[in-house]
Amino acid sequence: MAYVPLADQDDAHALHDPQSFVTKYIWSQDHKVIAIQYGGVAIFVGLIALGLSILMRLQLGFPDTVSWINPAFYYQAVTMHGMIMVIYLLTALFLGGFGNYLIPLMCGTRDMVFPFLNMLSFWFYLVSVIILLASFFVPGGPTGAGWTLYAPQSISHGTPGSEGGILLMLISLAVFIIAFTMGGLNYVTTILQARTRGLTLMRLPLSIWGIFTATVLGLFAFPALLVSAIMMGFDLVLGTSFFMPAMMELGAQNDHEGGSPILFQHLFWFFGHPEVYIVALPAFGLVSDVISTHARKNIFGYRMMVWAIIAIGGLSFMVWAHHMYVSGMNPYFGFFFATTTLVIAIPTALKVYNWVLTLWQGNIRLNTPMLFAIGFIFTFVHGGLTGLFLGNVVIDVPLADTYFVVAHFHMVMGVSPVLVLFAALYHWYPKVTGRMFNETIGKVHFWCTFLGTYAIYLPMHYLGFLGVPRRYYEMGNTDFIPETAQVLNANITLAAIFVATAQILFFINIFWSLKHGEKAGGNPWGATTLEWQTPDTPPKHGNWGDELPAVYRWAYDYSVPGMDKDFVPQNEPGEEYEKNAHHKGA
Amino acid sequence: MSFYRDVTRKPWNTVGLPEGIDPRPAFNMPNEKVALIIFATCASVLFSLLVVSYFIRMTVGDWVPLATPTMLWVNTGVLVLSSLCFHFAVLQSRKTGSVRFGSGAGLLSLAGGLLAIGFIVGQYSVSAQLLAAGHGLRVNAANAFFYLLTGIHVLHLLGGLWVWGKAQLRLALGSDAKDARLSLELCAWYWHFLLVIWAGLFYLLIST
Repeated sequence: MAYVPLADQDDAHALHDPQSFVTKYIWSQDHKVIAIQYGGVAIFVGLIALGLSILMRLQLGFPDTVSWINPAFYYQAVTMHGMIMVIYLLTALFLGGFGNYLIPLMCGTRDMVFPFLNMLSFWFYLVSVIILLASFFVPGGPTGAGWTLYAPQSISHGTPGSEGGILLMLISLAVFIIAFTMGGLNYVTTILQARTRGLTLMRLPLSIWGIFTATVLGLFAFPALLVSAIMMGFDLVLGTSFFMPAMMELGAQNDHEGGSPILFQHLFWFFGHPEVYIVALPAFGLVSDVISTHARKNIFGYRMMVWAIIAIGGLSFMVWAHHMYVSGMNPYFGFFFATTTLVIAIPTALKVYNWVLTLWQGNIRLNTPMLFAIGFIFTFVHGGLTGLFLGNVVIDVPLADTYFVVAHFHMVMGVSPVLVLFAALYHWYPKVTGRMFNETIGKVHFWCTFLGTYAIYLPMHYLGFLGVPRRYYEMGNTDFIPETAQVLNANITLAAIFVATAQILFFINIFWSLKHGEKAGGNPWGATTLEWQTPDTPPKHGNWGDELPAVYRWAYDYSVPGMDKDFVPQNEPGEEYEKNAHHKGA
Repeated sequence: MSFYRDVTRKPWNTVGLPEGIDPRPAFNMPNEKVALIIFATCASVLFSLLVVSYFIRMTVGDWVPLATPTMLWVNTGVLVLSSLCFHFAVLQSRKTGSVRFGSGAGLLSLAGGLLAIGFIVGQYSVSAQLLAAGHGLRVNAANAFFYLLTGIHVLHLLGGLWVWGKAQLRLALGSDAKDARLSLELCAWYWHFLLVIWAGLFYLLIST
């Protein structure tokens, strides 16, 4: 059967524009609407997780001031905060939100290759969120087993939420994974198959490379979570012993025998570590494009950046057990995983150098998206450096159960991706809405968030050195910790409340600007990539009007010598192929 | 290899439309097939992890191997036949250039799906017999793994049958011959994939 590429098929067929409100905005198959739906739900559920973190911090900074925060609720808040932030906010917003919005636009297509599947993906995601939130309303509340859901703790009687919360969590995760798989198949196939004329793989913007590689990681890593969720569900509901060993529960012998809790940890982290990069790689990609655009300079070492993304993706499947150094594993295993962990630092550091070298001698515009992008470089370097410490077994063992780990992963995996999210939300806001946001409020939002998060997490490293244990509802007989630690703890809480409150600025800005912002025009930043070259802003259904764009150059032709403008859009025809006389970039 | 050439190119040095004006998909096949290959890879990861878990759990002392029922051989035979039907249906459709309801290819694909339903019924009855014989899930982890592995495999097959059912419906309604051929080829690929997965699982179950 002769294969007709999608882009050609689309040119030949008339587009069926959705007519009614329902098909246009609710049961929509348009990737842009689905992206906004994904983004809206992810941000909504993220706010719930933010609220939970403030409640935790209140208990830690000012113990027993809020009377209804009891130990059970504290653990439920810890668990739900972690799971929501990592999976239902970050994964969903980067891939479901930005992936959906940017892939067809940056690849010059009219939509994803399977729009119906794409719509289903969002609705499954919404159902998974509803199931997750429903666990707040079942007897016993949501699970309080920690976001890692370690067996046997998570399904033992006496753990908060062991009545129904844990089951809802497992079902919600399974539904989320189905949603992700449907979306992921779309993202990968669209990028591989449906790129427009002239858009070779090496002309793709790094955002697409990041989203592509992260989606591949997700497609291969989420099955591990699915397997562990199904097996844990069996243990919970059917009484099998995959993970549950024979042990005493609430003073009585339980009904299980021989289950392996370590097996659960291996499965969980075989998903869990790639998950870090499922979040980080899209962030790397998006931030590269933001930095290059606002520095008016081509990204330094484009090919290295692409290969680094792929290398990090590959290596991320070989490091999972560095989360398990204290699980009693064989020291030789520890040595192996410490080595692979430290090897990941090489491509990661390469990316950081390249971002900084992109800024070097650039014509930097310090606007809101750029501030967030540069802020990300700082927090990511800090989080990355503490990761080098924790990657070594001998240093990890004493620090594993302290605030040092909390500070490390919040810096590298919480603050850093969130700063990129803000950079990206501000950067693409004019394209999505057609309006500019308020620059002053945006900058105030940046400084409050950036300095505020440092006020939270920098002191936390010192608490970790002092040996302040993580996961504790309140400090017990920990005489070795000086009393001043509590002063620091209280200040961290105040900083956390400040940062959380500052996020109101973001919402005021984006909602106010929807109506009152200046008209943005098609390409307010003077960017080269295709999404800024659409005939309409916001792009209409089908994105490109009558004719799909053709791509004549790579995505980073900024400040090309001899050109009138300081950027050349990807779809601007140029001299002939392989005839470029200028030596641009590294 | 064009893929290699693509990813080693210096994009900043080249302006213009490489290789003419055609869009260049990475793989010269319909998008549905690309998506199916990716999905099959995900599913393979899922089954591999289940098998690894099986081996790790086996090492714990309480493991009592489950005697594999003979009927599994019959079921396996039915699944092989089902896969063969799809295979020949595809060959037939290539020869005649179309698939119609009631044609050779149409009948073979109908038979393939029905045999798959037979396989599922067979797997269900094996499980029912084992349960009746007292080999419950709680009794031993080996039993639990048997139900888990066969169950997840059957779930994948049910997903395939959903697509097959839709294709049969479209055939009966006399849909576009090109669409029908693609659906048939997708079913055939997926059936072969699930046969290979089942062969692996079956070997695991009879050899341990």
